[in-house]
Amino acid sequence: MTDTTNPDTADVDAAPEEAVGGDAPAIEGDAAPTDAPAGGTTADERRRLHDIWVSGTEERFPFSSATDEGAQELLPRGQEPGLAAQEGVLVDDDYLTDPDVIDDERQVINMGPQHPSTHGVLRLQLELEGETVRRVKPIVGYLHTGMEKTAETLNYSQGATNVTRMDYLAPFHNELAFSLATEQLLGIDVPPRADAIRVLMTELNRVSSHLLWAATMGMDIGALSMMIYGWREREVCLDFFEKTTGLRMNHNYIRPGGVAADLPDGWEDDIESLISAVEGGIAEYEELLNENPIFLDRTMGVGVILPEECKQYGVTGPIARASGLTWDLRKAMPYCGIDQYEFDVPTGLHGDVHDRYLVRMEEIRQSLRIVRQVVESMPAGDYRSPDPKVTPPPRKRIDESMEALIHHFKLFTEGILVPPGTAYQSVEGPRGELGCYLVSKGGARPWRMHWRAPSFAAVQALPAMMTDSLVADVVAALASADPVLGDVDR
Amino acid sequence: MADIDRELDESGAQVSKRTHGERRRGDGGLHPGVQAILDQFPDASAEVRSYASSDVTYAAIDVPVTDWVDFAVAARDGGFDTFIDLAAVDHFRDGPRYEVALNLLDTEAGQRLIASTRVPYDDPTVPSVTGVFAGANFYEREAYDLIGVDFPGHPDLTRILLPDDWEGHPLRKDYDVGAVPVEFKAGSRDL
Repeated sequence: MTDTTNPDTADVDAAPEEAVGGDAPAIEGDAAPTDAPAGGTTADERRRLHDIWVSGTEERFPFSSATDEGAQELLPRGQEPGLAAQEGVLVDDDYLTDPDVIDDERQVINMGPQHPSTHGVLRLQLELEGETVRRVKPIVGYLHTGMEKTAETLNYSQGATNVTRMDYLAPFHNELAFSLATEQLLGIDVPPRADAIRVLMTELNRVSSHLLWAATMGMDIGALSMMIYGWREREVCLDFFEKTTGLRMNHNYIRPGGVAADLPDGWEDDIESLISAVEGGIAEYEELLNENPIFLDRTMGVGVILPEECKQYGVTGPIARASGLTWDLRKAMPYCGIDQYEFDVPTGLHGDVHDRYLVRMEEIRQSLRIVRQVVESMPAGDYRSPDPKVTPPPRKRIDESMEALIHHFKLFTEGILVPPGTAYQSVEGPRGELGCYLVSKGGARPWRMHWRAPSFAAVQALPAMMTDSLVADVVAALASADPVLGDVDR
Repeated sequence: MADIDRELDESGAQVSKRTHGERRRGDGGLHPGVQAILDQFPDASAEVRSYASSDVTYAAIDVPVTDWVDFAVAARDGGFDTFIDLAAVDHFRDGPRYEVALNLLDTEAGQRLIASTRVPYDDPTVPSVTGVFAGANFYEREAYDLIGVDFPGHPDLTRILLPDDWEGHPLRKDYDVGAVPVEFKAGSRDL
């Protein structure tokens, strides 16, 4: 789709009413914006008839009509608040910054939602000037399945089944954040063994997520062998998940009050072979990539985001650390006793795609280091909270004790009763701070569950990474941001 | 830190000292940085909460809606310069209906602050903090989309997760969950 945006007329023509800040839209019902201009020009009718863009209609023709964008169009340049940041005042990866380019040479194209390198259904509107990207607008929502609303109809035992499907590459982290938030409301602790198992599984999940990231990033920038190898090592991790939880993904393993089952027999040996497989794999990747001139050219100095921008946009995790921020929730606000294990937080210097690659590779090593310590120091004991209001009694106790039978019945018909209150609990997911904001009014179901999704913030910060770079670098920057659209849209 | 409240009973099983339903509160009180911000707003009140199985705390602060943007500016200038989250809650008949919660981090001091404000049903308007934190953009759009809180001052307050022509705000409590009936045509024909 091409169109001209003349800054003089754009303010008048292409501005949807909703975009004007002080002009509040009506809240109930009629908030849907109208996308066809009133009156209906000939061009508009032609477009409606043929449902295609008609050449020769560029004049005074807002994008909303030309592309069925509705409100999801690029704002007129005069109203773009982040334009200064987008136009590369802060970024130093600019390819070409010439403000005197004629507007006729700008065109807007859609990348996605079905583009293979958008990792799902992310759509980017790119304003191009030749090969240079001038503006980016991420458009999300194609995978929205209303999981936060669904959660309000599920009780706390069922909740983990729901949340594990959000960030489907880091299911354990989702379950952990939800379980910890519930436990925060309940005010209960879990036994040390449950904590250790949780740390073990989430760190292995970080490994598998980063391996998948390495695979898809390699695919996106043309290192196709990387993709095969990354999936191969991830499979080793998933095999262990399957052996432990019964499922390769969407485990529903970490639950309020502990974990669903103890680790399988011989798990130490499985972990040992897993660690050697993954470490061997990483050494292989680094041999492939670290001195590969094409890989270095495609990644160094590309997709730069500065620490200040990370803070402004809420970007956390490996992206922020690659920009030089040392923030890691495992160190700063430790959960599940993860502070008793020794590990380092890798940080980068340049904030580019290459530093994100280095940081993630080192994070895999550090996670394996934690896993090794967990194996050495795994405490004995129960893997679930002894609280009978949270954990169902063992099958044998039901035959012996009336009270156990009542607890069992109440737990499986009514669910865990959680006192009223508000809780926020965050864990360091593979993509950054994954937070669960849980509001309870008492009873067995959450009143409101809100998720602070790291990918949502990363997608929001994409314009800061991509603007004034080449289209090919957009792909590299997007791959390095590692957004999971299930996490973005929930 | 992880096993402060735990001890072994006679049979060797771990038991928790604290009883069910008891919320753990931070003992140390407010972090001085949070207290300094709070002192500028006499109408705001604060509470210290602690994470699950942990002694790490965060501050939960109630801010009147009239101070909302000023509070965000004061928090940013007071060191809480990392935007993390903006959540909206529909409390229905429990007090003023809508709540908006702003989650900020001070990465230097390692402190978290969750400021929340409540607005009534007939005026669900919270001034936008996009001018203070650029990252609030998507989050305020999400809150507008799903809960229906209006954020005057937002540059592009449109729906973000739902289609533009969607009616209503699904995370409101009076919005029905709904269901689509599934017809098993092949099965009913044979039976």
